[in-house]
Amino acid sequence: MPWDRNQMAERAAQELEDGMYVNLGIGIPTLVANYVGDKDITLQSENGMLGMGPFPFEGDEDPDLINAGKQTITELRRTAYFDSAQSFGMIRGGKIAAAILGAMEVSEKGDLANWMIPGKLVKGMGGAMDLVAGVGRVIVVMDHTNKHGDSKLLKECTLPLTGKGVVDLIITNLGVLEVSHKGLHIVECAPDVTRDDIHAATEATIV
Amino acid sequence: MKKIFPNATEALDGLLRDDMLIAAGGFGLCGIPELLLAAIRDSGVKNLTFASNNAGVDDFGIGILLQTRQVRKMMSSYVGENDEFMRQYLSGELEIEFNPQGTLAERMRAGGCGIPGFYTKTGVGTQVAEGKEHKEFDGETYIMEKGIFADLSIVKAWKADETGNAIFRKTARNFNPPAAMCGKVCVMEVEEIVPLGTLDPDHIHLPGIYVHRLIQGEHEKRIEQRTVRKKETA
Repeated sequence: MPWDRNQMAERAAQELEDGMYVNLGIGIPTLVANYVGDKDITLQSENGMLGMGPFPFEGDEDPDLINAGKQTITELRRTAYFDSAQSFGMIRGGKIAAAILGAMEVSEKGDLANWMIPGKLVKGMGGAMDLVAGVGRVIVVMDHTNKHGDSKLLKECTLPLTGKGVVDLIITNLGVLEVSHKGLHIVECAPDVTRDDIHAATEATIV
Repeated sequence: MKKIFPNATEALDGLLRDDMLIAAGGFGLCGIPELLLAAIRDSGVKNLTFASNNAGVDDFGIGILLQTRQVRKMMSSYVGENDEFMRQYLSGELEIEFNPQGTLAERMRAGGCGIPGFYTKTGVGTQVAEGKEHKEFDGETYIMEKGIFADLSIVKAWKADETGNAIFRKTARNFNPPAAMCGKVCVMEVEEIVPLGTLDPDHIHLPGIYVHRLIQGEHEKRIEQRTVRKKETA
C-alpha cells in the first residue's frame, strides 16, 4: 500500500530532529506538524513568526495573527515576531534547518519546479525561491506521479524552476528518495511497494 | 515637529502624483494601510506602481485601486486572491514584476538603508535571474538585486507616539517596517496614538525617524482565511 497524505506527512516528520527550526509549506507539509511528537521543533512562518501554534478555537481568531497561507493561527509561549526582512534574513542566512514543501516536478539533480505552469495563471512564487535557496535542508513531499500517471521525478524539469540543485530528499506516496551526485537513491519503500514499482513509476535516473 | 494629521486625506495632501512608486506594508490583508489606500483611491491619482507583497482582494486592500484602474504595475511575490487583478493582468492592462518574497523585503530594506544593490542566491538558475548580473563569491553564484527607493511609503502600525515611534502587533508587522524605510516620505496609520513616554523605548519596533506623517483611525482588519479548530478535538 502506498502512503496516503497523512502517512507521507508522518514520514516527513521523522526527518526532523530535536531543536530544529523548520518551515512548512502549504498542503501535505502543513500536516507534518501533527506528527512531530515529543521532538522540540519550532515552526517558522515566513510572514514574520517563530513558534507557530495551532489554529485558534472558534471565536479566538485574531486578524493580526496569520500564517503564510493567510490562515488564522495562534502563538505559543516561545513565539517571537519580526518583520519580513528579518524573516527572510534568517531564511537566507541559513538559520532555518529545514523546509518541507510540495512540488510539481523534481529533477534527478535536485532542481525544483513548484511555482508556475506556462500558459496558466501565474500567482507568484511567494517565499519558495528564498526558502529553497537558503535553508539547510529541502525536503519535498508530493505524489510520485501526476493525475495523468506521469512521473513527477524527472531527468530534467519541464516547468520553470523554483531553484536549481536545491532538493535534498523526496518523500512520495511510494517511498523516500535522496538526491545524490549521480541521481536519485531509494532510501525506503512504502509498505508493499517494491524498488521495481518505484523504478517503473520514475523517469529520473535511480542509482 | 508636527507629524499628526486629522485624517488620511490630509496626511496625503501634496504627496500624491500620477506615475509614482508607492511601497505599501502588509501581508495578505494583515497589517495593510487600509485607510491610506482608501484615501489614495479617492484622490483619483493614476498610473501608480506598487511595491507590495500582495495585491489585496477584489474589494479590500490594493484591490480597491485596481477596481478604479489606478494601478499600472505591481511589484509583488504572490497575487493569487484577486480576480480583478487577474483579469487586468491577463488582458495586459496591468504589469507585474514577480519578486521572491525575501528579495522584495530585502530590496525595501536595502533602499531604506541607502544600499542600491545586493547579491543573493535566491532565484539563481530561475527566470528571476534572467538579465541580472551574476557574481561568484567563494565558489557560489549569486545574482544582483536592486534596492527599492519609493516616492512614498504607506504603512500601518498598532500604536505610535506623536514622534512616530511605532510598535506593531503580532504578524501584522510583516512588510511594514521595510516598506516604511524605503520611501522618501512615509505616512503611517495606527490604531492608537499614545502620549509621549507611554511606549517603552526598548520596545520600539520602528523608530520615528522613518515616519513623517501619522494618523489614527478605525480599522476593519478583515480576515482573509478564517481557520479554526473545534474545542472537542483539542
